[in-house]
Order: sequence, then C-alpha cells, then structure tokens
Amino acid sequence: MSYIKPAFHHPSLKPNKVGYLKKDYRGVISTLCAGCGHDSISGAIVQACYEISLEPHKLAKLSGIGCSSKTPTYFLSNSHGFNSVHGRMPSITTGANMANKDLIYLGVSGDGDTASIGMGQFVHAIRRNLNMVYIVMNNGCYGLTKGQDSATADFGSISKEGNANPYQAIDLAGLALELNATFVGRSFSGDKNQLVPMIKAAMSHPGFAFLDVISPCVTFNNTKTSTKSYSHVRDHIEATSTLDYVPFEEEITVDYPEGESAEVELFDGSKIHLSKLAPDFNPTDRFTAVNRLHEAKSKGQILTGLLYINPESKDLHNLMGTSDKPLNQFKQKDLCPGSTKLEEINRAFR
Amino acid sequence: MENEIIVNDLVVRFANVNGTGSASANEMFAKSIFRMGIPVTPKNIFPSNIQGLPTWYEVRISEKGHLGRRAGIDILVGVNPQSLKRDIESVTPGGYFVYDSSKKLHEEFIRTDINYIGIPMIKLAMEHYPVPRLQQLLKNMIYVGAVATLIDMEIEVLKEVIAEQFAAKPKIIPSNYQALELGINYVKEHFEYPLNIRIKRCDNVGDAILIDGNTACGLGAIYAGATVMAWYPITPSTSVAKAFETYCKKLRIDEDGKKKYAFVQAEDELAAIGMVIGATWNGARAFTATSGPGVSLMNEFIGLSYFAEIPVVLINVQRGGPSTGMPTRTQQADLISSAYASHGDTKHVLLFPSSPAECFEFTIKAFDLADRLQTLIMLISDLDLGMNNHMSPPLAWDDDKKYDLGKVLSAEDLEEMKEDFGRYLDVDGDAIPYRTIPGTHPTKGSFFTRGTSHDEYAKYSESGEVYLRNVDRLAQKWETAKTLVPEPEFYQKENRSNVGLLFFGTTTYAAVEAMERFEEEDFMIDSIRVRAFPFHQQVEKFIEEHEQIIVVEQNRDAQFRTLLINELDINPSRLISVVNYDGMPITAKAIQSGIKEKLAVST
Ligand SMILES: Cc1ncc(C[n+]2csc(CCOP(=O)(O)OP(=O)(O)O)c2C)c(N)n1
Ligand code: SF4
Ligand SMILES: [Mg+2]
Repeated sequence: MSYIKPAFHHPSLKPNKVGYLKKDYRGVISTLCAGCGHDSISGAIVQACYEISLEPHKLAKLSGIGCSSKTPTYFLSNSHGFNSVHGRMPSITTGANMANKDLIYLGVSGDGDTASIGMGQFVHAIRRNLNMVYIVMNNGCYGLTKGQDSATADFGSISKEGNANPYQAIDLAGLALELNATFVGRSFSGDKNQLVPMIKAAMSHPGFAFLDVISPCVTFNNTKTSTKSYSHVRDHIEATSTLDYVPFEEEITVDYPEGESAEVELFDGSKIHLSKLAPDFNPTDRFTAVNRLHEAKSKGQILTGLLYINPESKDLHNLMGTSDKPLNQFKQKDLCPGSTKLEEINRAFR
Repeated sequence: MENEIIVNDLVVRFANVNGTGSASANEMFAKSIFRMGIPVTPKNIFPSNIQGLPTWYEVRISEKGHLGRRAGIDILVGVNPQSLKRDIESVTPGGYFVYDSSKKLHEEFIRTDINYIGIPMIKLAMEHYPVPRLQQLLKNMIYVGAVATLIDMEIEVLKEVIAEQFAAKPKIIPSNYQALELGINYVKEHFEYPLNIRIKRCDNVGDAILIDGNTACGLGAIYAGATVMAWYPITPSTSVAKAFETYCKKLRIDEDGKKKYAFVQAEDELAAIGMVIGATWNGARAFTATSGPGVSLMNEFIGLSYFAEIPVVLINVQRGGPSTGMPTRTQQADLISSAYASHGDTKHVLLFPSSPAECFEFTIKAFDLADRLQTLIMLISDLDLGMNNHMSPPLAWDDDKKYDLGKVLSAEDLEEMKEDFGRYLDVDGDAIPYRTIPGTHPTKGSFFTRGTSHDEYAKYSESGEVYLRNVDRLAQKWETAKTLVPEPEFYQKENRSNVGLLFFGTTTYAAVEAMERFEEEDFMIDSIRVRAFPFHQQVEKFIEEHEQIIVVEQNRDAQFRTLLINELDINPSRLISVVNYDGMPITAKAIQSGIKEKLAVST
C-alpha cells in the first residue's frame, strides 16, 4: 500500500533530540495479517530509533523476501530501503556497508530467508563481523508461501496440516554464538520492554549484532503445539536478565545493588546495564551463554535476553583496513591514478 | 625446403609438465622476442590441475604482426615424457624436435621427415646443481638457452629480461645465466646454428605492450574509480581480481596507510554480485569478475539489477562450457546466456573487447555506461584474451576525461526540487530516471528499492497498467543504450563486395589475417567488428548493405548469429556461420577454409 498514515499523534509526544517526532519513524500502513508478530517488531524498531534520536537518513534498511522482509516499508519512511531477493540480504548489506561505513545498516529477514535459502550468506556475514543489525523475525514457518515448515520449526511441532515435523530445528541464536558472532540476543515480538533496548544496543554495537526474535504467525503457526506461538512462548519464556541501554552522551548513574547488575561498555562509550541478573550470567562469556541456551532448551524453555556481547568487536572495515572516509565519498581525483602513472605501468609491459 | 631461410615467421611450442616452473622460463623467451621488435603471440595451453599434467606454451612469431593462433609447429621443445609421442606427431614436416637427450630416444619416436636436436638437459643440470628442485628449474633455462641459440635470438636481450624477472631476488640471477650458457654452449658445440627458421631484430612492435586482458581489466577498474570488488575464484577470471588487488595496493592507499578500496572474496558468486549491487546502490563504483558457471549463479540478482535499475559491472571471462566444461580452454559460448540473463523480459548491454587495450578501455566504459543507463553492463572477454599475453596498443587514459556518474541527485538538487522525487520517473524523455544515494538528505529523496513491480515513485504496485509503463520504459531505455554503446569497427573505407565478414572479440586476430590472405588472392570481402550488444545502427546498416554475411564465432550453436537474427529480424538464410569450438583459439586458416566451403555450398 502506498498511502501515508494519518498524521495526528498524541500531543504529549515531544520531538526527540534531533527534532523528530515518533511519527517520523513510521512507514506506510502494514499489509500483514492483523496480529502478526512482525508488526510488533516493526513497532519496536520505530520506538528504538525514536528513543536513540537517530536521524532516519543515517540508516539503511534492507531485507530479503517473505512477510518479514516486507516490514521495512512499515517503518522509517525517511530511510532508504532495499527489499532484495530471497535469502540474499546479507550480501546486499555487505556491499552497501563497504560503500559507506557511516550509515547504520538494519537488516530484516525471516527464518526461511535466513535458515534455509540464505544460510550461506548469513554465516558469512557473521564470519566477517559485518557492522549491521540483523533481525530474524522467527515464526517457524514460511508465512508468505502459506505456512510450510521452516528450518527453525521445532522437532515434533505440528504444522497447520496436522503433521509432526520429523526434522531437527536449527537454533539461529545458538548457531550465531557458535560462529563467534559478536552480539547475540533473543527476544519475543510481544515483549517490547525487552526488545526495544535490545535493538538500541544492537544499533550501537560495532559489528554483527544478531537478534533472533520469536514472532508468531497468527495465520499459519499459532497453534498450541507450535513453540513459536503466542501462548507457547508466554508460558515457556525465560529471560537472562533485563536490559537497559544508555547512550554515551546521556549516561546517568544507575543505582543497582552490587552483584545484581552487569554493565557492558560498548565501543562508542555507551553502556548496557543488565539487571535482575539470572544466576551466573555474564553476557561477555560465550561459554556460559551456550550452556544456558542448552539448559533452557532441555527444559523446554526459550531463553531470551542479551546472550552474548563481545566488547572488543572489530568490524569488517577494521579487519580490512579501509580508509576512515567512506569509500563512496572519494572523487575521481582521489581514485584515478592518471596518465603519467599509466605510462609507467605500460613501460613494465614492454 | 631444407635450405630455404625463413625469418620471423614460425611457431615454437614448449611441451612441459605443469608445476615445474617452465611457465616463467617460457614467458621470458616470448618477451625477449618481443623486445627484439618482433610481434609475438604466446598461448598457454594448460590443464585444470596444479601439478603433474601436460601443459604447452606456444609462441607464434610473426613479423607481419599476425596475432592469431597458427596451426603447424615448426619447433617443438619436448620436455614432457608423458606427451612425447603426441608432441612429435605435431611437428610440421621439415620442422624440429628439440628434446632432452639425457636418455636415448626410443625407436618408435623417430620420424624421418623431421629433424631431431638432442640436448642432455637434465644431465647438464645434474652435473652443475646439487639440489633436485634447482635442477628442475634450471633445466628450463638450459632449453631456453639452446632454443634461443638455434633461432638466433639476441642473448643480451634474453639476459636483460631474466635480470628484470628476478629483480626482487638478484641472488638467483647468476645461476640462471649459467644455465642459459650451458644450453647455448651445448648447441654451439654440437649443432650447426642458427637453423633455417630463425628470428631477426625488426621494428614492428612500435609502442605496443605485451599484457593479458585480465590485468588490463583490473587496471581499467582502478582507473574507472571502482572502490568495491567482490568476487569468487574461478578460472579464467581470477586474475582480474588479482590484478585489481595488486595494483590497488600500489595505487590506492590513503595518507594514513589505509585502503581506498574494499576487496571482498565472497562465499560464492551469488554473494559476489549481491555485494556489487549493494555497493553501487550505496553510491560506490563496484564490480565483479567471473566466468560462465558464476554468471549462471548470478542470474536472479542480474534480473534484480535490471528491474530495480541498479548499475553493475560484470566482467565475464568465458571458458569452454557447458557445465564445468573445459575450464582451461577458450570459447565464446556464453553469448545468449549473457545477453538475456535472468528470468522475465530482460536484456543486457554487452561489450566485446578484442585486445588488452580494449579490455582497459571497455572496463572504464562499462562503469560509465552502468551509471548512465542504471543497469548491468557485461564485459565479455574469454580465456584466450584474459589469460594469455597479447601484443596490444598501450593502455590509454586521457587526463581530461571525466567519469560519467549518470543521473544522481545531490542534497542541493533535492533541496531545490519543487516537485516530488520519483525514482522511476522519466523526466528527460530518455527513459533514464534519477536516483538518490542513501544518506544524501534528511527528509528528501528516500525511496524503497524492490524487485517487485513498482510505480514511478518506487511504490509497490500490482496494477497491470503501472507494470506496463515501467517495463515499456525499460524497453525504451534499451533504445537509448543503442546510441551510447561503442560503434563497430570497419576494415574498408567503403563497401567493395556484397559479402560481409562479421566477427567480434578474440576472433578478430584470426579474422584480420584471413582477410589479408583473401586480399592476396584478390578475393575481396568487407569486414565489420562488432563491439557491443545491443547492436549499433551501423551494424544493422552493414548487414543491410550486403547480400551475405559470414558470422565467425567460437561456439557450436552460432549464438551470435542467433542474436543478430533475433534482434535485427534478419532473414537467417543471409547469415552464414563459420564456427570453431574445440577450445583452442580459432586460426585464420580455419576461417578461410570455412568461408570457402560455406560460400561454395550456398552459391
Ligand atoms: C528464489 C526464490 N525461491 C522461492 C521464493 C518464494 N518465497 C517467498 S517468501 C518465502 C519464504 C519466506 O519465509 P520466511 O523468510 O520465514 O518469511 P515469513 O514470510 O515467514 O516472514 C519463499 C519460499 C522466492 N521468492 N524466491
Ligand atoms: S502469514 Fe503469518 S507471517 Fe505472514 S503476515 Fe500473516 S501472520 Fe504474519
Ligand atoms: Mg518465517
């Protein structure tokens, strides 16, 4: 759909630090099914961008194909967007990021888009520690092609047709951890309090920030037996900790009793506070995260929260040693070596 | 025949085992001839393997400047026991077989109609060098010295080339010189030299350079201002990436020692072209290089770039297909799959360079055209052009040239604009819309790029009418492309025959030679070299002006002919095809006999 939402908004909504109202972060009206988890995640993205006072044109939103990949039209209309081809959002984002290191790259994908057709590109984006936020709107099925099981559908879960899934599920958060992703979080579309700060933290992470967000498909996968349904997730959720993200400039002293909060300083000086800490949980310890993930799974629970963050993350530009200036800013005079140099090159071939 | 002295017109072929260091020795041999002012065409005929299989290096030496392959081997240097029989059989009657006589040649290898020159290569090497690996390497210099003396090469030139080759490791120069002398002296002591087929300094190379097309493409991308390259290794395109990176390290480092380029070895070709699309969408010049199998994988993204109108430069270095095919042999067999790559109604601009200088020029042109037309441009090279050294005019750059970055709106443009920005709106009547780069302006110019049907304002639409407007504009853009692509080259001032010869790419060398031969026989035909698809109007005109057109190409199914019939609506009976597709570059002889045969049949 191509019409803009009506422009009235609550008078108490104040412009943020860069002068934008929350409505400036919205997109066109969603055409997804009413109640689709994906819409809630779009809402959380809007909220997060508004709260961190992001200038919308400093972000590029990219996606693959699927109901989930349609969502970038439903948020941030003032940002450039790219709805690419099925499973290939990571490569488009890699190229875009290579061209301009100064934008924030928000990639949106589905579980089909990431865990099947796009698995190759997903794992390689992790391997390169591409500086981006990668959100999987995980509903355990292929929504757009009408509900087939995806590779994240749990073993034994019953599909709409009534068949039990005979295959093992791929746990994307576990996989990302295994591959040394530098930021891994899991949340639930219906848990804004957890999701919004997690998105904010992911955006300031200098490297690959992966968010696996369980997002029920009300049309094809919201049966009681599905582990990606609203009722199942609400009944089985276990959070590692509550998350609070504090941008560098507006750091306020937070008074958490010793031992009940953990603070992680990010690259740009901003901080993440974790409170109500689950026993023994340290988000910079990958092994604990992996263990907790397995434990929760064995108890039939879905572990959510910020599972891991590597505060020393170095992104792809750092690894490659590219110029501080974005590559798309260089002009002909900076790039073309000219005819004298070419004559010298020619001479070497005589 | 015995005593007839033939100067500067011969083919020398080296038969080696790959992975034994012969390649660089052979290259120095060819380069030295070039330094003596004599046109040379070296060709590497290599297996898809790293070590232990037969490999050949063929050098055609032609004072007249014929740069195509010529059948018939005058001197064969056979140092590979595996291929000995075949190698001996391949020598032209009256020619020479130079071999390692450390072991006696078996009776069955003796032909009475050729000459044998035995040099105890490995024996000499073993006598002088203790280390086996060194014996192996310097054996190569021994045969180079021997052949150089046999054909009367200027040894000083050869030494100069060797010194340059090993400039980075000067310590090994003396041992190479010594090995060279071993070969030279053995010939001097045991044979009459020079042979009746020999070389002599001349002045026929002018300011030409000896370079491969892939290096020229890599350099072209640097001169065109490409900052992002994404690729996946595949023969014969890999050296494009290698050249780009090697020269970037020298030419593209900023004041802080950091790189003004990103060089990404992707996980596969799908990712490689995805990265290129992402980078150009975001305002950098970016490109990829691949070969047939890679292009096949890229097809879905190629359609996206066509429909979403995103500039892409793709260098397609063709090899023998189908499937994995003949990965180390040459063909021009990806023409249809390139021209119409991807699903739906798609067609793409192709450029056909025929020399390294043109590889350089057309790579730069490809970037300008991609930005101007906002579409994918494919540079169609092949293994022969890409991986073999060719005598070529020097690479040329005009310092007054400005990149054509096409229609990109700046923040100021957007600020001044009164009307709404329409990403796919044809404002100028040339069917090319304006684009904006992410991050340009806080509130203006953002749009949503998608491969689904969209209206002039980039909004999703399923309306048939909107769809038609868009794809019909793309068809009109194709018409604009015809006016921008390189025009064909003609080989006559005005038409003089009603038969026309049409060719493109690496077929050119052999076609030009065939034309000369025909002229010597007073058989006049007109010729045209096509340099781009879509076909320039002059191509159409040339075809109209001739009753019969002979289309020469290097694939089985006459794909170029099909493109002509399809695009220009030509009566197929007027297009006679001469093809060569055994994986070896076409020869003038094959073209001559092909034409004679076909014309005899059709008249
Ligand atoms: C190459 C290709 N194959 C298949 C499709 C069809 N297709 C569209 S969306 C989709 C699955 C999407 O599933 P997911 O990523 O989980 O997104 P969801 O709709 O569940 O949000 C498929 C298979 C396609 N668009 N492209
Ligand atoms: S089909 Fe499922 S995933 Fe797609 S929009 Fe509807 S609820 Fe959402
Ligand atoms: Mg899904």
